Amino acid sequence: MTKGSIKQTTMALSGNEAVAWAIKQCDVDVVAAYPITPQTIIVEKFAEFVANGEVDTEFIAVESEHSALSACVGAAAAGARAFTATASQGLALMWEIVYIASSLRLPIVMAIVNRALSAPINIHCDHSDSMGCRDAGWIQMYVEDAQEVYDTIIQAFRIAEHPEVQLPVMVMLDGFFLSHTLQNVNILPDNIVKEFVGVRKPVEIEVPYAGKVPLMLNPEKPITFGPLDLYDYYFEHKMQQEEAIERSREVIKQVNEEYAKLSGRKYGDGFIDTYAVEDADVAIIVLGSAAGTVKYVAKELRKEGMNVGVIRLRTFRPFPYKELVEALKGVKVVGVMDRSMSFGGYGGPVFLELRAVFYDAPERPVIVDYVYGLGGRDAPPSMIRKIYDELLEIKKTGKVEKILKFMGVRE
Amino acid sequence: MSSFRINIKELALKPPLLLPGHRLCAGCAAPVIVKLALAASDKPTIVAIATGCLEVATTIYPYTSWRVPWIHNAFENAAATASGIEAALKVLRRKGRIKYDKVNVIAFAGDGGTYDIGIQALSGALERGHDFLYILYDNEAYMNTGIQRSGGTPKGAWTTTSPSGRVIPGKREHKKPIADIAVAHKIPYVATVSPAYWLDLMRKVHKGLEVEGPAFIHALCPCPRGWRFPENMTMKIARLAVDTCIFPLWECEEGKWKLTDRSLQIARRPELKKPVEEYFKVQGRFRHLFEPKNRHIIDEIQEYVDAVWEDLLKRCGFA
Repeated sequence: MTKGSIKQTTMALSGNEAVAWAIKQCDVDVVAAYPITPQTIIVEKFAEFVANGEVDTEFIAVESEHSALSACVGAAAAGARAFTATASQGLALMWEIVYIASSLRLPIVMAIVNRALSAPINIHCDHSDSMGCRDAGWIQMYVEDAQEVYDTIIQAFRIAEHPEVQLPVMVMLDGFFLSHTLQNVNILPDNIVKEFVGVRKPVEIEVPYAGKVPLMLNPEKPITFGPLDLYDYYFEHKMQQEEAIERSREVIKQVNEEYAKLSGRKYGDGFIDTYAVEDADVAIIVLGSAAGTVKYVAKELRKEGMNVGVIRLRTFRPFPYKELVEALKGVKVVGVMDRSMSFGGYGGPVFLELRAVFYDAPERPVIVDYVYGLGGRDAPPSMIRKIYDELLEIKKTGKVEKILKFMGVRE
Repeated sequence: MSSFRINIKELALKPPLLLPGHRLCAGCAAPVIVKLALAASDKPTIVAIATGCLEVATTIYPYTSWRVPWIHNAFENAAATASGIEAALKVLRRKGRIKYDKVNVIAFAGDGGTYDIGIQALSGALERGHDFLYILYDNEAYMNTGIQRSGGTPKGAWTTTSPSGRVIPGKREHKKPIADIAVAHKIPYVATVSPAYWLDLMRKVHKGLEVEGPAFIHALCPCPRGWRFPENMTMKIARLAVDTCIFPLWECEEGKWKLTDRSLQIARRPELKKPVEEYFKVQGRFRHLFEPKNRHIIDEIQEYVDAVWEDLLKRCGFA
């Protein structure tokens, strides 16, 4: 496939293999990972690249996910570009270090192959794992297909390592739906990706008495990473994290644009990807692979003359509140599809966030929540159609039967 | 044989890499161990550290006592963090992005961070063969949280979670043989050190840094607060631990066991070996053992220490 002057190679890859290909081309210095279904193929495929001498990467086959991210923290602090991947229980085990990685401002990239959390143990897809650390200070991006996973991993290094950002990025792909499904993926030439991501250069910080110092473990300019930090400074450091993730908004958009020029592929504005939402009366907001089915159903309904649209939320952190308010202008009823629960909450995580955003909006659509697909439960077109029917019914009658509904579950 | 040589004058003239002004307790052995260890490192050094006394007391933001690049990640992962650093140094050197031929990577962790919560990360890092030195500073309880028992607390010792009550006389279990566990990983170098035998400590650190692959050093770290002794007794107690053979000094290099320094002298002249009681009577944490109903515990510990020492003598060729 040729876009512009760059020749791309089309390969049949699973989502997991697409991740492995992306990190291979991004010249990652250190990969530390531990196998967990459905992420395992990423580790296996990458180990193969290492064993065949196709990458110049130190691969650490650690003894746990906790150590996987801990080793990435050490490696990134030492100046390396570091990557790991996990899912479900693995992410839960890492949780402690998830916060440390972002708080130490280390631009690690991590692929999360979304999988339900135990108990009972379940290896299939939902978003509970990554939603569980939505407040951990990482940039979080959900992809729709294998192509996007490849593209987003490459973009993630640029975003994470941007001097104005310096934060870790999680790239989410749906377990099995994406991780184990073969799709055609267009691969950029190695040198083009290498040039796009560049070599990681630690930022310089101003240190009292020492002047400008690279933010890394450097014997020439020693600095202390991760000191005890009490009530007199901790809050300011948290504010710096907040400011950094705010600054990432611009960077995510820029990188999306820049990458589009290179590859011919663009994911909305980097935050949200819309379909037929401009003149829609009702819209569904969805994350991940289910967006494909939702778009398919929306297309069918459009043919039948119904004004329905779709917003796929690509970047969940930072949350694109302005973009969503703007995109949903004129939409009367919004159905949020949450693939995770917030037990005892007023609804799922995406719903809660969206509702809060619209509290201050000049026009407030009706917003209802559909929790679906937990533990890999299928989300077939018939289910999506049912949701659209309900949204249209709400639009017509103005009556909301239930704000939170659970779809595809036995009564 | 390590080529390391230093006399006390030269040591005194070396600029310290752990600076004064930190807030470790008076009489704490940890800064002594750290200063000696860093002085024995003759190459650029990066330190990774577990949560604990040493970490919180030397780095209260915006201050730091460390003149080496230093990272604290979490409690249980000093070894995993060091793995990442070592891997990064290797690949960055290969790619020409750092100029040093060799950077020493040292992980420091206390007994909690080593025997208990950190043993998985430690075992993993030793098995994977990373080129780094892990130094356990063992003050034999969770001192940072206020004297709770750990897998490194010796039998009979009082702690706040193994108190000497009317029914239970302090901790009922022996210390986990952590250095033996390190040896069982078949790593190139394992040793025990006491800050009282400072030259032995420095030689072993130097050797641990010289070998290719992982090295593990177990340093006894007397704690005036937790062990209940006056702060001017630290070195005396660090010495008594060795002299009673409660904490013998040895090294195991490529599977070859050797006694060193004072412990070697004791092996040659057994009359130098002191009874364990002498070590116990100067520490408040063992005071209850001297009550008549508990005296038998001292005898039991003496038997245990003798048996471990005899076993060690055999391993070191003193049949």
